[in-house]
Amino acid sequence: MKAKHQRLILALVALAGVAGAGVLGASALRDEAAYFRTPEEVAGGHAKVGEPMRLGGMVAAGSLKRLGDGVTIRFVATDGKASVPVEFTGIVPDLFAEKAGMVADGRMRADGVFVADRILAKHDERYMPPQMGDMPKDMKAAAGG
Amino acid sequence: MHAYANPTRFLAIARPLTPWLLGLGLALVLAGAWAGLMLVPGDYKQGDTARILYVHVPAAWLGMGGWSALAITGLVQLVWRHPLAGIAARAIAVPGMLFTALCLATGSIWGKPTWGTWWEWDGRMTSMLVLLFLYAGFLALTMEGDGQGRGGSLSRGAAIYALVGAINIPIINRSVVWWNSLHQGPSITLRGSSIDGSLLWPLGLTVLGFTLLFGAIVLMRMRRIIADNRVAARLRRLADDEGA
Repeated sequence: MKAKHQRLILALVALAGVAGAGVLGASALRDEAAYFRTPEEVAGGHAKVGEPMRLGGMVAAGSLKRLGDGVTIRFVATDGKASVPVEFTGIVPDLFAEKAGMVADGRMRADGVFVADRILAKHDERYMPPQMGDMPKDMKAAAGG
Repeated sequence: MHAYANPTRFLAIARPLTPWLLGLGLALVLAGAWAGLMLVPGDYKQGDTARILYVHVPAAWLGMGGWSALAITGLVQLVWRHPLAGIAARAIAVPGMLFTALCLATGSIWGKPTWGTWWEWDGRMTSMLVLLFLYAGFLALTMEGDGQGRGGSLSRGAAIYALVGAINIPIINRSVVWWNSLHQGPSITLRGSSIDGSLLWPLGLTVLGFTLLFGAIVLMRMRRIIADNRVAARLRRLADDEGA
């Protein structure tokens, strides 16, 4: 066997080892590297009352309400499997809306309401012209969107 | 492949190729930028803000593609000891790092008006920042000798570093799938694009254009390193002659 081939095999074996270690590391981080918890995880007991955490989910349709003081909002965050009511006092990003994703920093209150002290908007991976955004979903599919 | 171990043969191709890559790349980037800014409609949700994707996406692709190329040069250096491998690696690292920085900067500028934050430590952003630091580490490892005629070779350590660092590339790519993240999921996959065709085509122009520019920059830097090496070799010969 030529030295060149030995080096090639050695490099490939080492590379496979490093890749394996990387995959193992990444999968071990699966829980820890998550940027936020889902409502399902919160419902499953992932959230302790008063402990700082980040909650991510969709703002449920029809749930967004402004309280009497004019600066506090209430809405329900959902992932389709579970829902968590959220309360927030402050300014939200422009893209924050019902039926859109959001991420909230805050903590659970004893009454089961998540009190946020910061809200970020999350957007999805779809980009399209404005006239298509108003179309119903099935028409978008027909238009290739 | 070893035919190009001779720099003269490599230069015979690289020299005429450089202006073509440069000219075509610039033209495509300008056309794509003009189309992306002027011709196509804004996004239904983000409006004009989403137009930054025509720079952000090519920058991300070249930052990651640059390291993939770096890893290949590392493998070629380790296994075949090809003389161009080290030259190519040094030539790739700087533009690769610059495009990674451009990706992070445009992402940050994009994140403020849409997400509401300049920076968050989610999986995508953190792994991309790690790529920037990997480039910085590679440059630090290979810096000595640059401009002194020793820029041709790549140490075994630097080659292994380039190979091992490649593990971060699939992590960046999968970060938005494996972990909950603020960054949205992939728009362009093997199954198709969730960017509507009417907004997608300028992206094709800028991705191809920036890629050609990247190629032109790499060729120019490789030619400069080869020229440096030749000057240094000649100076050494002159010094030896005088010493004898």
